Amino acid sequence: MYSGKDRALRALNKPSEYGPDLDISQYSRETKNWEPCIISNLPRDVLERALNVGVVVEDKERAATYFQIDHSVIFKAVQDFFENKIEVMSIKEALAKYDWLKDYWWKIVEVDKDKYTALAEIALDQGYFIRILEDQKIVLPLQACLFIATDNLNQNVHNIIIAEPGSEAQVITGCTLHPSVQRGLHIGITEFYVKHDAKLTFTMIHNWSEKFDARPRSGAIIEDNGVFVNNYVCFKPLKSLQSYPVAYCKGRNARARFNTIIYGTGESYIDVGSKIILQNEGCKGEIISRIIAKDRTQIYSRGFLLGEHRDSKAHLECRGLLLSDEAMIHTIPELVAKAQGAELTHEAAIGKISEEQIQYLMARGFSRSEAEALIVRGFMDVSIFGLPKEIEREIQRLIEVTTERAL
Amino acid sequence: MTKNILEIRDLSVEVSGRRVLDNVNLQIPEGEVHVLFGPNGSGKSSLVMTLLGFPAYKVVSGRIFFKGKDITDLPTNERVKMGISVAFQHPPTIRGVKLGQILRHLMSDEKKIIDLFNKVKFPQSFLERDVNLGFSGGEIKKSEILQVLAHGGDFIVLDEPDSGVDVENLRILGSVVNEMLRDRSALIITHLGVIFQYVNADMAHVLLNGTIVCSGSPTKILGQILNEGYAWCEKCIQARTERCEL
Repeated sequence: MYSGKDRALRALNKPSEYGPDLDISQYSRETKNWEPCIISNLPRDVLERALNVGVVVEDKERAATYFQIDHSVIFKAVQDFFENKIEVMSIKEALAKYDWLKDYWWKIVEVDKDKYTALAEIALDQGYFIRILEDQKIVLPLQACLFIATDNLNQNVHNIIIAEPGSEAQVITGCTLHPSVQRGLHIGITEFYVKHDAKLTFTMIHNWSEKFDARPRSGAIIEDNGVFVNNYVCFKPLKSLQSYPVAYCKGRNARARFNTIIYGTGESYIDVGSKIILQNEGCKGEIISRIIAKDRTQIYSRGFLLGEHRDSKAHLECRGLLLSDEAMIHTIPELVAKAQGAELTHEAAIGKISEEQIQYLMARGFSRSEAEALIVRGFMDVSIFGLPKEIEREIQRLIEVTTERAL
Repeated sequence: MTKNILEIRDLSVEVSGRRVLDNVNLQIPEGEVHVLFGPNGSGKSSLVMTLLGFPAYKVVSGRIFFKGKDITDLPTNERVKMGISVAFQHPPTIRGVKLGQILRHLMSDEKKIIDLFNKVKFPQSFLERDVNLGFSGGEIKKSEILQVLAHGGDFIVLDEPDSGVDVENLRILGSVVNEMLRDRSALIITHLGVIFQYVNADMAHVLLNGTIVCSGSPTKILGQILNEGYAWCEKCIQARTERCEL
């Protein structure tokens, strides 16, 4: 049997199944070492960018914070009140501390899936380890910021989140870069372990730039009565983004939900999907996407539901709004049933802003542009996602900012 | 002499090259309530859309004057600002846009909005509902009347306010509309005239094939239509007889 490193080495030239193939040698691995510091001491332009991906400075609003710039962990802390309830550390620190962590390392995402997973193994920079201890219900969100401050950098992170039995938490991860950074490649591996009766809500907010590439690779295993909610938000243009996270509903009554909101602008090439595998009795899954394509954006929106148990159920819903004739939205929903009784459904609809809707709102006194903005915001209405209030507010705020500027 | 709040002169309108209104003339004096009768497809709703200036309704000739001003080329929201409030027959569903967002745009005083909900006996939970999504026929009518009330224009257009509404809600809507129209002008489009159990009208017009063919007393015209149908109106024009009220 090959070790992880060997498998990764053999996969270094293996293109991803989806998305444009990147030449990984074109990015730099050189960056300075960033000294640890408290977040409020970071430069203002860094903090502003962080705020735009949901990462706040005031530690009273967050149970814990992890902040990484380029390849350096500059800050990590758990608020006093949550000490002994959660653990937050860098992944290298965690691997050194916990021998058992190897049983969680590359156990959901395959190390040789493609050249990006391979690179994350061979040239691991950092990443975070978050563990919610048994039966702890964490009322405030935990936050992590993965920041890039060096142009043309390749940043490889590997994160592991473990929600121990009976625990509950919300994690916000914001990935972004310094205004001076144009090019680069972010590879983010995240493996989620939702133990029995645990509930984990994970929200990833991306904010890159026009020449930047991102390849997140995530997977989750959900045990008995566990609930995993994954939100993905991307409102800013980038060169290419490809990701197809998977959730394995392994235990009885395990539930998974993927909510995706993408506002694609500029020349962005975006290929994003979600997979749910229903493996046990009473498993439920839901994939909901809201996709907007403007300018010359190309968006592929994938969804895959696999019913392996006769008493399982899942639904996939994708709505697309095309705001330009040069943009493209391609939805690819797939349903696979391998057990009689598995109930899988999907609905997909792509359209433009309806003239009838605009006129109706104009008949209520809104100007045409106000009406359009209202409809676009309404299209991205996150209240249907059933998110924790803090997360919903955060995403709503981003939507306001995005649509204000764009429309 | 009373002034006309609305005056339509020789109006012809096309939708995708198809004539929907043909040489329509209509005057509504300030303070009067007029009724527009007509069979399905005769152009009643087209007249409403044209009045609002929806781009698909292309005015090929004629002018529309509102409060003495030529509004034929004004955008919809400008006309609405001048005081035209419309309750639509089939308003669209807009996902994610809450009824409350529209009402608050029309009326900033939250307390007054709540008063309106109580007035039309509409649950306040509808403030947070996506507009028209999953609304029943009666709920759509209530929502439309609410929006008209919140807008508070002085010229009200009601497109089929009584269709698809049950008896009890009709009573509520009827009395609200009656009160609303006391000091306003209006054009009410109706099929069966059920709303006239609650609301008095000053004048009725019959629209056939995009043209107003007859004007006169609402009760008499409605009586004829209910007895003999619009076929009678057709015959009436062909015979070039006097107005049906005579």
